[in-house]
Amino acid sequence: MCTLEKRGDLFLLTLTGDDEHRFHPDTIASVLSLLEQAKSQSTRGSVLITTAQGKFFSNGFDLAWAQAAGSQTGAVNRMHQMVESFKPVIAALFELPMPTIAALNGHAAASGLMFALSHDYVFMRNDRGVLYMSEVDLGLPLPDYFAAMFAAKIGTSIARRELLLSGKKIKGEEAVALGIVDSAAHDSVEGVVEATVSLGESLAAKKWNGEVYASIRKSLYPGLCAMLSLTAKIAASP
Amino acid sequence: MCTLEKRGRLFLLTLTGDGEHRLNPTLLDTIRSAITQIRSDPSSSQSVLITTSHGKFFSNGYDLALAETHPPLRAVMSAKLRSLVADLISLPMPTIAAVTGHAAAAGFLLAMSHDYVLMRRDRGFLYMSELDIGLVLPAWFVAMIRAKVGSPAARRDVALAAEKITADRGLEMGIVDSSYGSAAETVVAAVKLGEEIVRRGADGHVYGRMRETLLREVLYTIGSDETASSGVRNSGSKL
Repeated sequence: MCTLEKRGDLFLLTLTGDDEHRFHPDTIASVLSLLEQAKSQSTRGSVLITTAQGKFFSNGFDLAWAQAAGSQTGAVNRMHQMVESFKPVIAALFELPMPTIAALNGHAAASGLMFALSHDYVFMRNDRGVLYMSEVDLGLPLPDYFAAMFAAKIGTSIARRELLLSGKKIKGEEAVALGIVDSAAHDSVEGVVEATVSLGESLAAKKWNGEVYASIRKSLYPGLCAMLSLTAKIAASP
Repeated sequence: MCTLEKRGRLFLLTLTGDGEHRLNPTLLDTIRSAITQIRSDPSSSQSVLITTSHGKFFSNGYDLALAETHPPLRAVMSAKLRSLVADLISLPMPTIAAVTGHAAAAGFLLAMSHDYVLMRRDRGFLYMSELDIGLVLPAWFVAMIRAKVGSPAARRDVALAAEKITADRGLEMGIVDSSYGSAAETVVAAVKLGEEIVRRGADGHVYGRMRETLLREVLYTIGSDETASSGVRNSGSKL
């Protein structure tokens, strides 16, 4: 369901297979374990690039699994379980001692979009794939840390309204114009991945201290990090 | 080290000499006493401050070499800069930074502490260098970045990519208000802007209070610097 490869300085995390890469307790645990692996192997100059195979980057939580609980209470509990167990994945990305880049091969919806936004840089395709916060259409409230992510990462109230309140499926060009993603310049998966590898290599060349990098990253998002119980731990000054 | 001139209703504070204008305790004290002088001038509430510099640098930040030889001076420089910036935030007059050279780290912070940033586009850049030299940013620096740099992507580029930002890139990012072909043109433009502002005739005391409200988040964090080793709290915050 997901793999971690090393290519020189770059860690490549891939959600594998042609499915929707829905976040289910098992996929969540796998992703978390691979992020922990990347963290334990990180050195100066490490960079993470996250991508996926097929038409979807990730289509969000596994709602079918929640429904399969067989009862209203069961479904709510399963939803709650996914929301709570996903928080450490977001936290792990914010703590990762290296720059992180999301290369969106396709659609990113709900917690799938949250996963993308947890990266320092987000690249998507120009020709395919949309960003979609489905909650308003599905009648689901936003978990508190989801709302905090949007407040932290999406700069204008217009962009936040378009994403959260309009039920819009936002394509690459508009996502760049709204400031949600950094780039939507490429018309193919290969193009996006190549562009992120190129960015990754230029960031790797800086040979930054990963602990310092993570600390500065966390300090940029104080509200969200408080909600994820993360502090911008300061290493002793030299 | 620095000179203070009065031109009509404009106060012109210049960091003099061809060096890096490193914010060591002596320079910080000199600037602070110039600000005190400005405050006590009877016409201060109908005036404007313009801060500029000579040479290749606006300011290249704290005097880290000095701190290497005398580590306690890191905390001293931090306390003095925080006191200066708190003073600039409450200053009862508009402030303009005419950035005529490189502004890095604490020097970039000093430029951002002004209401208007005018910069030459032919040379020089704004550069939050800390990541490149393995230092974290104190919370109060981040509060200033959050207050003055509007988009999350631009904040990331400032702090997490340590981008070397030219004037025109600064314009795109919303950090720089306007750019000019040379150092001299930048200062002329700052003076012109200052005179325009003076003509509007706003009450400096109200202006200063309004700025404090806008920069409230910075004032909440400016009382301490968790990255400077001495644990002494500084009473630089006016809150």
